[in-house]
Amino acid sequence: MLPLREKDKPIIRKLLSAGCCARCILRFCCVSVQAAYRQPQEQTLEELQAFIVDEENGKCQDCAATESTGTNDKSHDAALSETSEDPPSKRAKLEPSVSATKSEEDSAALVKQKDEESRLCVVCLGILQELCGTIQVIKIAEAVKAEKYEFDSLVLSLSLPAQLCVREHSCWLHVKEEVRAKGLVLDKDDVIQVKEAFKWIMQGQVAKELGGVAVVTKSAFEVGVEFTHPETDTDCHFLATTCPDCFKPTKNKQSVFTRMAVVKALEKISDARFLKHYPCPPTQPTSSCTPQDIQCLHVSVFIAGRYNKFCRSLPQTPWVIDGERRMESSVEELIAAPILSTFRADGFNFSSSGREDVDVRTLGNGRPFAMELLNPHRCRFSTAEIKQLQETINKSSDKIRVRDLQIVTREAMSRMKEGEEEKTKSYTALIWTQKPVQREDITFIDDIKDLTLDQKTPLRVLHRRALAVRQRVIHSMNTRYVDPHHFYLGLKTQAGTYIKEFVHGDFGRTKPNLCQLLKTDTDILELDVESVDVDWPPAIPE
Amino acid sequence: MDCGEEKEHAPSVIDRYYTRWYRADMKGKPCEDHCILQHSNRLCVVTLAETHPVLQKGRTVKCINYQISTGCSRLNNKVSGKSKRGGQFLTDFAPLCRITCSDETEYTIYSCIRGRLLEVNEAILERPSLLLEKPSTEGYIAVILPKFDESKSITENLLSREDFEIIVSKRGIAQSQPS
Repeated sequence: MLPLREKDKPIIRKLLSAGCCARCILRFCCVSVQAAYRQPQEQTLEELQAFIVDEENGKCQDCAATESTGTNDKSHDAALSETSEDPPSKRAKLEPSVSATKSEEDSAALVKQKDEESRLCVVCLGILQELCGTIQVIKIAEAVKAEKYEFDSLVLSLSLPAQLCVREHSCWLHVKEEVRAKGLVLDKDDVIQVKEAFKWIMQGQVAKELGGVAVVTKSAFEVGVEFTHPETDTDCHFLATTCPDCFKPTKNKQSVFTRMAVVKALEKISDARFLKHYPCPPTQPTSSCTPQDIQCLHVSVFIAGRYNKFCRSLPQTPWVIDGERRMESSVEELIAAPILSTFRADGFNFSSSGREDVDVRTLGNGRPFAMELLNPHRCRFSTAEIKQLQETINKSSDKIRVRDLQIVTREAMSRMKEGEEEKTKSYTALIWTQKPVQREDITFIDDIKDLTLDQKTPLRVLHRRALAVRQRVIHSMNTRYVDPHHFYLGLKTQAGTYIKEFVHGDFGRTKPNLCQLLKTDTDILELDVESVDVDWPPAIPE
Repeated sequence: MDCGEEKEHAPSVIDRYYTRWYRADMKGKPCEDHCILQHSNRLCVVTLAETHPVLQKGRTVKCINYQISTGCSRLNNKVSGKSKRGGQFLTDFAPLCRITCSDETEYTIYSCIRGRLLEVNEAILERPSLLLEKPSTEGYIAVILPKFDESKSITENLLSREDFEIIVSKRGIAQSQPS
């Protein structure tokens, strides 16, 4: 039995004659028993019809009952609206059949009942009718299976055409008095939403079809079901003239009539104004909603580690100038390829704790990096499997090497960017001097501590960074003499120090610079990053 | 780390990252040659060509003046943000500064290219000798950022290094064979 009460009867009568489906009627009666929605809609309709006939005290003329309520609404609505004078097309069709078969009441009831079973709901446009049946369940399950996701639970999300809100509002205005009569506290928010009813009906069936996975309200794996209804797309357009504030065009939207905007406009519009522009109850549509492709999406997974770069002709990220690729590969591509195929992700976002130039190597423990993996189809891995993945990366190329590979949280990733200014980095540079120097000419450099540089934004990056003078500290330096024109310079510096510019001076724009210290032109022939002193991600013992 | 090659002949910073472009006899004034160093990132550094009269015959520089008219000083140029808002926009013949030599000769240095002025070299105000000692690096005049879509076309009116050297060598002949 449906959990209905006496005061639901006027609502049911009004909505049946307005062309509402059985489940939408339950919604407007604020029925929150999920099982009521799960039973076949034909059965619910029969039960609703039986329920209102009961009251007629033996008069088994449900036609008469609906007819009389039909007249009631007309007079009722006339005060509010002129448009509701136009009866919905379905009702117009019904009337001749009713009058023609007046003498044969039984058959008339039968015809009408059949008609009501098959007719398209004026409120949900089929969403709670055929569109939440077995065919749709199988379609969802097939879409999920086809992509071979690995998951323990999923959340079903539903995207409905925005104009459905307008129809819902129209129907609400139609039965508002009756619903409020049910209980003083009941309001529009107490009407069960189409989305909610759809999920109540579908979740169990989808779970069963997928072999018993949990279909829950929160999950990392989302299966999106979308419906559109092109026939009534223009239904919400009148709101733009009544509430222009709600529909401001923005860059990334295809249409200003988003669900959010329509809901906001409906909250603002007065009942009288709404009824002036929109029929109440809504008119009968000719087609039901169109289901769109099922969209499966797993939330991003984050993976972090440290990388070495052993090659002086490898950029960190793909290097493209005027649409043409400059170098064959890149650090991020070499690392990403095996990870993407293991996680079966659609794409990635690479970030790292700073970056090195194409001709600079990164040695020592390497540079911390993290990657966001987009829509991974697999994301559960054991420590051993991640270690295996790291080995796969390391075997794939001798230009790079990865260590400390691990799955991390999105929040932990911010540790990498934290304190970017405070952290230190160590380098080794091969220096050329124009004038020949002796061993003892350069030893004074070893004694220099905490040398503060004023660095104007280097010319090589000035096209994309703001012009500024930045103070950076070289904490310490050491020298290793090679020959009269060459020596190795070790540096420990504050992050963000431009080493190449410190050596050649950048047209005198970095001061002091090595040319000034040595009183001769100096140039940098090779540069290696020896360490990036960031303690994240945590080291993993080999 | 393997040892670097003979650096004496190895390319310098300018050789590695910049292309040299020239404007000879600027505004028809003999030998007032300018050299524009264009970085591979399109940015341009305006410098004196080594053939410029300021750098000849043991001249010394008395002063440099970025006040190019009563209303306009290049020292007031300010740019802000990545997009370099507020920088003065220059065309080919926009004067950048005037150089007065100790023999009271005065020369005007021009932009030579269209673009936004990013900075002028204030170090040469303090040490005018930089202009003579390092005309193509520390003694630069100004940094100009051409528009993105003009980064190739701005050098069309300029001479390549080869073309410039031909012109200079012809000058040598003209001088040695007085008419």
